[in-house]
Amino acid sequence: MLASVRQLRGRGVLGMNARNADFIQRYNPRRLYPLVDDKLETKQLALAAGIAVPELYGTMSTPGETGGFADIVAERDEFVIKPAHGSGGDGILVVAGKSARRRGQYRLIDGSFMTEAEIRFHITNIISGRYSLGGHRDCAMVEYCVKTDPVFEHVSYRGIPDVRVLVFRGYPVAAMVRLPTRASHGKANLHQGAVGAGIDLVRGRTQFGVLDNGITDEHPDTGELIAGIDLPNWDVLLELAARCYELTGLGYQGVDLVLDRQHGPLILELNARPGLGIQIANRLGLAERLRRIEAEPDGASVAERLALARQLFGES
Amino acid sequence: MIARRELQVWLLALVLLLIGGSLVYYKSSVLGFPIVPDTQARVWTIEATLSFEAGRGPIKARMFIPGLTPGFAILDENFVSRGFGATPRYVTGGREVQWARRRARGPQTLYYRAVVYEDTALSEDDTTPPFPPSPILAEPFSTAAEMIVEDVGSKSADPGSFTAELLKRLANPEADQNVDLLLGGDPDPVALAKTATTLLAAALIPSRLVRGIYLQDQTRRSEVVPWLMVHDGTRWLYFDPATGDQGLPDNFLFWWTGTDAFAQVDGGRDQDVRVSVSGGLMDPISLARRRSEVREGPISQLSLFALPIQTQAVYSILLLVPLGALVVVLLRNVVGMQTFGTFMPVLIALAFRETRLLWGIVLFTTLVALGLAFRFYLERLRLLAIPRLSAVLTIVVLLMVAVSVVSNRLGLDYGLSVALFPMVILAMTVERMSTVWEERGAGEAIQQGMGSLVVAAACFGVMEWNLVQHLVFVFPETLLIVLAITLLLGRYTGYRLTELRRFRDLVKNPGAR
Repeated sequence: MLASVRQLRGRGVLGMNARNADFIQRYNPRRLYPLVDDKLETKQLALAAGIAVPELYGTMSTPGETGGFADIVAERDEFVIKPAHGSGGDGILVVAGKSARRRGQYRLIDGSFMTEAEIRFHITNIISGRYSLGGHRDCAMVEYCVKTDPVFEHVSYRGIPDVRVLVFRGYPVAAMVRLPTRASHGKANLHQGAVGAGIDLVRGRTQFGVLDNGITDEHPDTGELIAGIDLPNWDVLLELAARCYELTGLGYQGVDLVLDRQHGPLILELNARPGLGIQIANRLGLAERLRRIEAEPDGASVAERLALARQLFGES
Repeated sequence: MIARRELQVWLLALVLLLIGGSLVYYKSSVLGFPIVPDTQARVWTIEATLSFEAGRGPIKARMFIPGLTPGFAILDENFVSRGFGATPRYVTGGREVQWARRRARGPQTLYYRAVVYEDTALSEDDTTPPFPPSPILAEPFSTAAEMIVEDVGSKSADPGSFTAELLKRLANPEADQNVDLLLGGDPDPVALAKTATTLLAAALIPSRLVRGIYLQDQTRRSEVVPWLMVHDGTRWLYFDPATGDQGLPDNFLFWWTGTDAFAQVDGGRDQDVRVSVSGGLMDPISLARRRSEVREGPISQLSLFALPIQTQAVYSILLLVPLGALVVVLLRNVVGMQTFGTFMPVLIALAFRETRLLWGIVLFTTLVALGLAFRFYLERLRLLAIPRLSAVLTIVVLLMVAVSVVSNRLGLDYGLSVALFPMVILAMTVERMSTVWEERGAGEAIQQGMGSLVVAAACFGVMEWNLVQHLVFVFPETLLIVLAITLLLGRYTGYRLTELRRFRDLVKNPGAR
């Protein structure tokens, strides 16, 4: 039940150690990490550069400030609470609405209810660093809850699907869409049980999927085919992803975007240590593409990079 | 640039390996620190007793003591001589001790005691002696000697065969008138050897009369045996003067050379020298330690054995930690296992040293499971993070107390050792496990918990390995080698074992392209 090293090498599969040593350590200078590890900072950078992001409603960075929670969300029915330094989707709370019957009750995206006190306790946990790397003090963000584009209606179970684009030196190298499942509790993280589906970089059309490192063709909860979905605004999305290179300077990053039905593609967060599951979703080893891009000189414009990526990595 | 960095790592690792390796080699081969634990080294305690009846005047006694001893080394020696001043010194025959006292009455007993061990590195005196002067003998001995030398010389090729032939003739004085004349009657081995050295000198072959004893397990009165050393121009050859056999017995300890008597007492009478030997075994580490004290050098000074015993005990454990860390590196980066906290398994493994593996796993699982149960309850109380973590810590300590008390009641000794678990680590483990449990589900939490336990067990296995414990403690330099391996693993960019499984479908379904 194991692949041999030669087989993996033959398919150009990138391993964790090679990713860390040859790409992350080489192309991601340590000093740039805070830009992406702090989602608040990423958001501010993106806003300054004119890159579309979900609107920020408010932040809380001391337990005392959680008192202002009700004010922040007074005008909103739907919103997302997340730790600024969270990783792997931990600590994210997606509120889908307020209870019509009882005051102070919030309905979560998975259908359960939480009282305001419970939510404030969750925020205190975020602030005290329960979800942050290294357990440092953190800051809780409340932001716009993305309205998922209708193309994903039948291939996601609650939660918000997102698109992960792997951007190497500013060139989109591979992409996949991550679809929440019942098992992932509405989260779009592959190792939490979400389904991933590879995307053809030129057309923006989904291909086959991956679930728990195995290959799948349909969504485990809805039974709908995952392949063959054409993502709207694909060119805009790809350009946004490519521009993140100038935004952070990180050579090897995972750009997470969402497709909002009103605002189109929005940058959700950036990741300086993107996972390797994207290889399984695309049934493609990354090594060859990465080496190809390594050969390119510095200083290409966004348009040039996009053109080359389409030319090199297109389907057909 | 990458290639240069790679080269740098390899060079650094190589340098570390060389330094570590050569220090280990030096300590094991020169200082004799044992590579393998629990081998015993042979040592002998020899005791020479000089007893005599004191006269009226001042007393001056001298006695030969072992000095140059091929094949053996002296570990320790002392003189027991109440009222006498003892001065060891080098003299022509080797070494001697001089005892002196202004006045003494009645029987006197002076002791010399030494501990010797086998040391093949110690070889004989390798200076080439000058040609001996021809002996001056009166007639008819002079002519007899000349004839023997001439005759033996014609039947031999080199100093070795000359000596063998000569000793053969000396052993049968009846066969040759000249020999009989020189020996003058029935000779003892010492007289034989003395005559042999005279004749060898006449043939211009350097030779020495050596006295020594056989090292045996238990000898109350060891016989002092004469031996003949002959230099063949490049090295010393040894002959048994009584039989003419060439070679030196393994257990022969040189005592002194020359024709002087073993001991001599001025101002006393009825002198008697007696040598006794007792063999024994000694822990090779303490032997090596004693030896490096004797042989002063910068490396022998840098030994953990010089530290107080409690500090030694601490280091015997601390030195194992890097090895545990190496196991963690291997299991995480090469195998690809997941654990809670990078080095938590090493600390758990340290606790396993006291609890033993099975009980360690049982106790650890019990504590974490109970801790988790409390942790889930605490979650409902909505405490702030640090008070909550402190509460978990307190509960972990209370659980440890409870487990100890209960298992003591049940007569399970192992339960008592639960106190050795690193409680802060346990509390952190409970906290992190509960986070993973909530966020990623019980499956992942239990999987990571099991992973940690397996890695801890592997660390324990390595750290509990007798040979490993012995090596890192006796040769802390081995940590340089561990460091070199760790550096090389730091540049390992190959697949992890678990990735062969993770990406197996990728290979199976080559996809559309």
